Amino acid sequence: MNKFVKFGLPLLALGLLGAGWWLGLAWAPPDREMGDVQRIMYVHVPLQWMAMVMMLVNFIAAVTYLLKSQASWALDSTAEAAAEVGLLLGTAGMITGAIWGRPTWGVYWSWDPRLTSEAIMLVTYAGYLVLRRFVEDPDKRATWSAVVAIIGAINLPIVWFSVRWWRSLHQVQSSPKTVDPQMVIPLRVAAFGMLALTLFFLIIRYRQALAERRAEVALPDALPGDPSSPLAHNPSKVA
Amino acid sequence: MSTPPRPRPIGLVAATVALLRKDLLIEWRTRARLNAIIFFALATLLMFSFALGPDTKLLEKNAGGYYWLAILFASVLSLGESFRVEAENACLDGVRLAPADARAIFLSKALGNTLLLTALGALIFPVMVALFGVRIATSAGDWALILLLGCLALSAPGTVYAAISSNARARDVLLPLLLFPLVIPALLSAAKATTLVLQGDPMNQLSSWLGLLGGFNLIYWGVGFLLFPRIIED
Repeated sequence: MNKFVKFGLPLLALGLLGAGWWLGLAWAPPDREMGDVQRIMYVHVPLQWMAMVMMLVNFIAAVTYLLKSQASWALDSTAEAAAEVGLLLGTAGMITGAIWGRPTWGVYWSWDPRLTSEAIMLVTYAGYLVLRRFVEDPDKRATWSAVVAIIGAINLPIVWFSVRWWRSLHQVQSSPKTVDPQMVIPLRVAAFGMLALTLFFLIIRYRQALAERRAEVALPDALPGDPSSPLAHNPSKVA
Repeated sequence: MSTPPRPRPIGLVAATVALLRKDLLIEWRTRARLNAIIFFALATLLMFSFALGPDTKLLEKNAGGYYWLAILFASVLSLGESFRVEAENACLDGVRLAPADARAIFLSKALGNTLLLTALGALIFPVMVALFGVRIATSAGDWALILLLGCLALSAPGTVYAAISSNARARDVLLPLLLFPLVIPALLSAAKATTLVLQGDPMNQLSSWLGLLGGFNLIYWGVGFLLFPRIIED
C-alpha cells in the first residue's frame, strides 16, 4: 500500500494526465467557435472538479469530527490536508480560467457570479487555513476550524449552481450527451489523472498533518507560545 | 439533613433575556462601544468622500454601498469587543458554569450586536443624507426593514467568528479575514436594497433582495445556533 501511494499513484497520475492532455491537444477536434483556445479545458475543468471534491472532503471530515465524541486526529488531519490541496487546485484552476478568459471574453477577470463565488470560496478556505495557524491548542483548533469549515461550505453549492442560477458569462456545465465524444474521452482521462494526483497530494499531506498532530498531543508543554501552557507563565521551568 | 435542592435549569429564552440584559446594562453604563463605533462609522463615511473626491453624483449613486461598508467595518469593532468583555476575569467561564443552555450565549450576543448595529445604522443615516445628498425615494419602512435584516445578517456569523477569534492569536486580523468573505451575499443584497430605497424601485426588485437577505439570515442564524455550543466548550 505504501509503495503504491509513493510510486504507483504519481506514476498513474502522470501517465493518465499525459495521455489525457496529449489526446486533448492532438487528437480531439478544435472547438467550432473558440478554436484551439478551448483545449485549456482539459486542464482547467479537471482542476476545478478536483478542487470541489477536496472542499467536499473537507466538509465531510469537519462534520464527522464534530459528531464524534472523542477528538479524532485522523479526521482533523484529513480536513486540513483536503483544504490545502483544494485551495492549491482551485487557485490553479482560477489562473487557467483567467488565461482562457483573456482571448475568449477579452478580459482576465469578469465579475460574473461563477468567478465571484469561486473567489469568495478561495478566500474563505484561505481564512480557514490562517485560523489553523493561529490557534495553538490542537483540540480547540480542530473544533473551531471544523465549525468554520461547515460555515464556509455553505458557499460550495452556490459556486456549483451559480452558472445555472444566474446564466451569465460563464457557460453552464455541459453533459457528455451534447459534447463530441472525441472531446469527452480526453477530458475523462485527464480528470482521472488529476484525481490520482489529487489523492497523492492528499495522502502525503495527510500523513504530515497527522504526524504533526501526534507530536503536538504527545508534548503539549514543549510547544512555545501557548498562553495556556504552564511554561508560558513559569519560564523558570524551562531553564 | 436533607441536601439542598439543585438549582433548576433556566429556559433558553429566560437565559437569553438575562444575558442580553446584562450586556446591554454594561453597554449602557459605559456607552464606550456605541460611541466608538459611531465615530468610526462617521469617519469611514467621510473617508469615502475624500477618497473619491467631491463628486456628489458619484457619492449619491453609491451611497447604499458606502453606508453598508461603514456598518460592516464598525461591526468588526463591535463584534470583537462583545467577547472581550467576557475575556476579562474569565467571565465567560462564569457564564458557562450557569445551569443554562450554551446557545443562550449565542442568541444574547448576536441579538445584542444586532441592536447595537441597528442603532448605529439609524444614527449615521442622517449624516449620510447630509454628506451624500440622498433622500428616501420609496418608504422609510423599507429602509428600516433592510437595516434590521442587514444587521441580523452581519451579527449571526459575526458572533460565531468573534467567539473563535477572541481566543486565538492575532484576533484582530482573524475576525475580518473570516467574516468579510462570508458576508458578501448579505452585504451585496443590503447595499443593493438600500440603493433601491434611495433611488426608487421602478422594476420591483426590492423584494428579491430582501428574500436573499432573509435566506442568508435563516441559514446563518440556524448554523450559528446549532454549532455555537461546540465553540465555547472546553
